[in-house]
Amino acid sequence: MGFGPYLLLATLEGLVQAAVLSITAAGLSLVFGVMRVVNVAHGEFVMLGAVIAWFTASLLTGHPAMGFAAALLVSPLLVGAVAFASERVVLRRLDYNPEATIVATIGLLYILQQTVLLVYGPDARPVDPPFYYTIRFPWFGYSAYKLFVIGAAIVIMGGIWFVLQKTRAGLVMRAAQYDRETAQAFGIPVDRVSAWVFALGAMLAAIAGVLVVPIQQAHYLMGADPLLLSFIVVIIGGLGSMSGTVLAAVLVGLSDGIISMMFSPTLAKMVSTLLVALVLVFRPNGLLGKAAR
Amino acid sequence: MKIRSGLSNLSLPRRDVLKTIGGAAALLASPAVIRPGFAQEKTIRLGAPFHRTGIGASYGRWYERTANAAVALVNEAGGINGMQVEMIVEDDGTDPKRGSELIEKFATEYKVDAVFGHLFSHVVAASAPRAGELKMPYFICSEASLLGAGKLNRYTLQPGITDVRSQVKAMAPWIASTLGKKVTMIFPDYNFGHDHRDFFSAAIAEQGGEVVAKIAIPPTETSFTRYLPQIAPETEVIYHVMVGPAVLTFVKELGDYLGSQRPEIFGFIDSLEAVDFSTPQLSFLDGTYFWEANPRYAQAEQTPFDKFYREKVGVDANGASTADPKDISTYSHMFSVWETLFAIKQGMEACNYQGPANQKDLILAMEQITAFPESNEHPQGAKVFNGKLHQVFGSQCISKVEGGKLVVAHRTSVEDGMYESDVDYTKMDL
Repeated sequence: MGFGPYLLLATLEGLVQAAVLSITAAGLSLVFGVMRVVNVAHGEFVMLGAVIAWFTASLLTGHPAMGFAAALLVSPLLVGAVAFASERVVLRRLDYNPEATIVATIGLLYILQQTVLLVYGPDARPVDPPFYYTIRFPWFGYSAYKLFVIGAAIVIMGGIWFVLQKTRAGLVMRAAQYDRETAQAFGIPVDRVSAWVFALGAMLAAIAGVLVVPIQQAHYLMGADPLLLSFIVVIIGGLGSMSGTVLAAVLVGLSDGIISMMFSPTLAKMVSTLLVALVLVFRPNGLLGKAAR
Repeated sequence: MKIRSGLSNLSLPRRDVLKTIGGAAALLASPAVIRPGFAQEKTIRLGAPFHRTGIGASYGRWYERTANAAVALVNEAGGINGMQVEMIVEDDGTDPKRGSELIEKFATEYKVDAVFGHLFSHVVAASAPRAGELKMPYFICSEASLLGAGKLNRYTLQPGITDVRSQVKAMAPWIASTLGKKVTMIFPDYNFGHDHRDFFSAAIAEQGGEVVAKIAIPPTETSFTRYLPQIAPETEVIYHVMVGPAVLTFVKELGDYLGSQRPEIFGFIDSLEAVDFSTPQLSFLDGTYFWEANPRYAQAEQTPFDKFYREKVGVDANGASTADPKDISTYSHMFSVWETLFAIKQGMEACNYQGPANQKDLILAMEQITAFPESNEHPQGAKVFNGKLHQVFGSQCISKVEGGKLVVAHRTSVEDGMYESDVDYTKMDL
């Protein structure tokens, strides 16, 4: 295979990764931006989304697209409900204290992981993609579903942008992020906003989980990778900055895809970790982040 | 108010107290607590550290089912030397650290007679030294060529399944003559995969072939397309052997990538153990070949032994659980647990084993065994046991995928897989 097709495949792989990553990281970033909570259980919401997608798809017989569409609806709702409940029951009672919430979300991570292990079992199970089609390039074949994931990510990220910038709910969230106390003084129920934001962040993770499950498989340990990469992306992009998150996701996804194909996957991981270190040294607030108030 | 609430706390309702005491008593009397302390009657106690969770979970589940069936069969027939067999299962999480901790627990707390059933090679590599130190007979059902390399010890034996070195040596002539001589290998980047890389490279070179590309994949990888461009253009045969939860992803992405103008493909069934062949995206595997130790699909020439074994474990003719046709077994590996248990029985009977004081005699008796004839106890086939090497040798199957099922195309002889080794565990201290 020549250099051109090689680069094309690397870019496609990188973009798919960037797509999933930007949705996952957007959730993490949103939660941190508004609530100042570092959610260590975020990867488990991805996992939970994927596992619920498997349950939904296996309950529905008929065309795989039906099961997938149902999963895309049911899974984020259920995961959002779990997140909403855990926010009310745990995080709120800790007063969103940064240290305490980190420990609490670590606990949440284990509770979710072990519950899934008990209920769903230790196996990796596949969910059928909504359609099977392989695009045949002259040099290699590529699953059309993966391209669909890229498209879906663009639509979802557009949706997030719209909600945050153009709706009242978005305005409220941005206000809570900008200055919690002043927002409260202006009559914004910051407390309730937190719960909804936490649920929304988890729902984004769940959507990423549903999108990824036909490519990978649902497995109770699958949350670790997305968590680590989301943190890398959010740190590089700037915690709480949505455009920074997207930029960093594309950067990390592409560099990971291209470096791991041209050189080695280990080197790719080293480069993204190095990038985090460099960003922390030279731009502690991330590429597009603003200094904390 | 304060005083009253204090008092009401003190006066515990009688019912609650009884409940708590009852619960505590039930807990104390439960097997989990009593077992390590004292046994009621004389039994043979076998420690079974299975991979219930972690990356080996699908194997572990079936190892446990197979072992349960074998133990039940032994006990129905009167046990071993008049003693019933009691199996104590613990989960090692497919984790080397927990694996070796369990050896310790079995030896010191449960005081078992022997330990058996470890599969994943990194767990075996971590646990075997501890078994050697504690002088605990340790029967592995693994495949990595650790024993053959002289890396283990006097107390570690593998009487139930062949090792990678033997498997690839037996099959390389067939691969070179039938499929092609230029091979690209895709394997997991740790001990087990390295055995495939090293021994197959040597075996195919003996046949006048060569490995044109070696693609090592980190064991925790979840996405594989990025590795596939390394498949060399002159490749005639792709040789794949993958394990863990992402195996299905691997095979699917290989199919997407290659399309119809694929080279010949030879895989180890490890890449698809516990995976249903009738998954639509796996149709590209039709016409490819797989190594199987024990054919998953009941063949036309099925032996009565295989039939017996399938029935006892609860596996149907398609290699799935009789209770759930979607629950696919790890048929090419799990027979090793069954056969190992009967090998232990044979060794214990040979030395009239009575309890842990005879553990040394058990090792000596095992080393005297030379063969296991094909039987209900050894349904995979006849085997030769090398007492010096502590390793068994047997036949291998090469099966072709035809219409979503595996049909045996070639079966090697036991001799095909024999290799020379100057390792001699019988010279080590007992």
